[in-house]
Amino acid sequence: MTTSATATLPPASAGNKAPASAQLKYASQAVAKPYFIAAIGLFVGQIIFGLLMGLQYVIGDFLFPAIPFNVARMVHTNLLIVWLLFGFMGAGYYLIPEESERELHSPKLAILTFWVFLVAGALTIVGYLSVPYATLAKMTGNDILPTMGREFLEQPTLTKIGIVLVALSFLFNLSMTVLKGRKTSITLVMMLGLWGLAVFFLFSFYNPHNLVLDKYFWWWVVHLWVEGVWELIMGAMLAFVLIKVTGIDREVVEKWLYVIIAMTLISGIIGTGHHYFWIGTPTYWQPLGSIFSAIEPIPFFMMTLFAFNAVNKRRREHPNKAAVLWALGTGVMSFLGAGVWGFLHTLAPINYLTHGTQITASHGHMAFYGAYAMVVMTMISYSMPLMRGREANSNASQVVEMWSFWLMTVAMVFITLFLTAAGILQVWMQRMGDQPLPFMAAQEKIAFFYWLREGAGVVFMIGLVVYIASFFIKGREDA
Amino acid sequence: MSASFTKSAARNMFYGGGVFFFLLFVGLTVDTVRTSPKRDNSANLTEQVVRGKRLWEVNNCIGCHTLLGEGAYFAPELGNVYTRRGPEFIKAWIKAQPTGAPGRRQMPNFHLTDSELDDLVAFLKYTGEIDTSKWPPNKEG
Repeated sequence: MTTSATATLPPASAGNKAPASAQLKYASQAVAKPYFIAAIGLFVGQIIFGLLMGLQYVIGDFLFPAIPFNVARMVHTNLLIVWLLFGFMGAGYYLIPEESERELHSPKLAILTFWVFLVAGALTIVGYLSVPYATLAKMTGNDILPTMGREFLEQPTLTKIGIVLVALSFLFNLSMTVLKGRKTSITLVMMLGLWGLAVFFLFSFYNPHNLVLDKYFWWWVVHLWVEGVWELIMGAMLAFVLIKVTGIDREVVEKWLYVIIAMTLISGIIGTGHHYFWIGTPTYWQPLGSIFSAIEPIPFFMMTLFAFNAVNKRRREHPNKAAVLWALGTGVMSFLGAGVWGFLHTLAPINYLTHGTQITASHGHMAFYGAYAMVVMTMISYSMPLMRGREANSNASQVVEMWSFWLMTVAMVFITLFLTAAGILQVWMQRMGDQPLPFMAAQEKIAFFYWLREGAGVVFMIGLVVYIASFFIKGREDA
Repeated sequence: MSASFTKSAARNMFYGGGVFFFLLFVGLTVDTVRTSPKRDNSANLTEQVVRGKRLWEVNNCIGCHTLLGEGAYFAPELGNVYTRRGPEFIKAWIKAQPTGAPGRRQMPNFHLTDSELDDLVAFLKYTGEIDTSKWPPNKEG
């Protein structure tokens, strides 16, 4: 393989010398660029609404009734999902042609799909913000096929159908590319992950009247995505970038990749059971869910080991230091957020007390940032300079990008810690002891930690602004 | 990793493990669905409850509240609200929203009719009677 990569990329310049000019191996890889730009734009929107919600936690009537909390939250979480999907698609369009060693089947279709997805996504968000949710449900014919009003799957049925069509066009395009080209383990894992993502999304159309079954199959999308097929996509992206920036042997990387994703599926599929403790499903889910989710941190730990090993044994000094930093950060932060913070409250006797509290929120924040936000930024960091005609950005630009890495990552650590503190106090006051406090009384007592979380959120936003600024820093050519 | 552990062994572990555990999951799902009526209170799944569930969904109640611990964490758990507050309180509370108390978290007014309020209460009663292995730990949710 390495022949293909090194053939186009000039040898790494010594030290931090000027980034060499480079070009894409396949011109059609450039369709990833609008996807990545849209992803970053939606990311900004996500954080703005996150800050707004954080404020509503402490100033309850902030922007009420213009933007009620439930609307802000829907925008926050839906933008997260959509920007990550844009990131995955951009990554797919970039990675698959290079791995398959041929041009993308249809770059035109990829661009068309991009606009369809962007416009549909934007219209959905406008819908959330401009009319009451019940009106939106009526306008979009929710009565014909009711799928709305379930956490993370709030999109109108029409939007859901649109997502399926976009996904099909994307998968068709990539699958055709793979079929006609070289097949590597990375492409295979990436494609399995992406097909799995589309297949499990179909369960979002199933909304039985029976609440227990509704919740049961809802997790087939939500859990089997984030603790299943998305991890395949993440593993493939990380493996791809690590091969490129370290030059280590593909055989070694692919072996690691298989072991990691094997552990992901072995632990994660039955690990779905940790969501089945208290929703009316059989009690055997308690031991099953506890045991298998105790194994779930292992693949994340292996991912960290893998990333550090790869970088330590690197065979070349890639000039894109920022991409290497993002890759290492993804390993560490996904292990902490998804692995450690997930395990903290995943055993049934502990989960009995923590289920549905701020502990869940703390884990959710670090896990999504560490695993998925960071891996998309790893991919962007590596490929964006190439799409802009150079192997790496200037030193000055990379320094700013690395600042943004630390600002966002440290801010997220603090957001998680403050929410954990809030969660522990909430559990203590509301669920333990002889005189449990009502929900709102407990919330008022922990407002201090919500303020601290909001402060950390502001730092995160600053980090994101710095991140975007890094794209506009040219730096001296001979820096 | 040792040289004796080859890439194809790793690949087999992935395919074998993935397929085995997915099939096991499907099997457990079949059992869960089959035995569900013992715990899921579906015997009381009336037309009124179904209408109540739809109201719960189209007003995006999950965007602030949790229901059986899932949802947002901004407003109280409602899986057990029927036992905590009783039907009349729930209806009066929904009608009285928003409170307008300065600085306090606000719930929108959804302009539900009296029969819709009854539907919603029926849904919350049905939800409260699902066997959740004694969760939440106490009436405060």
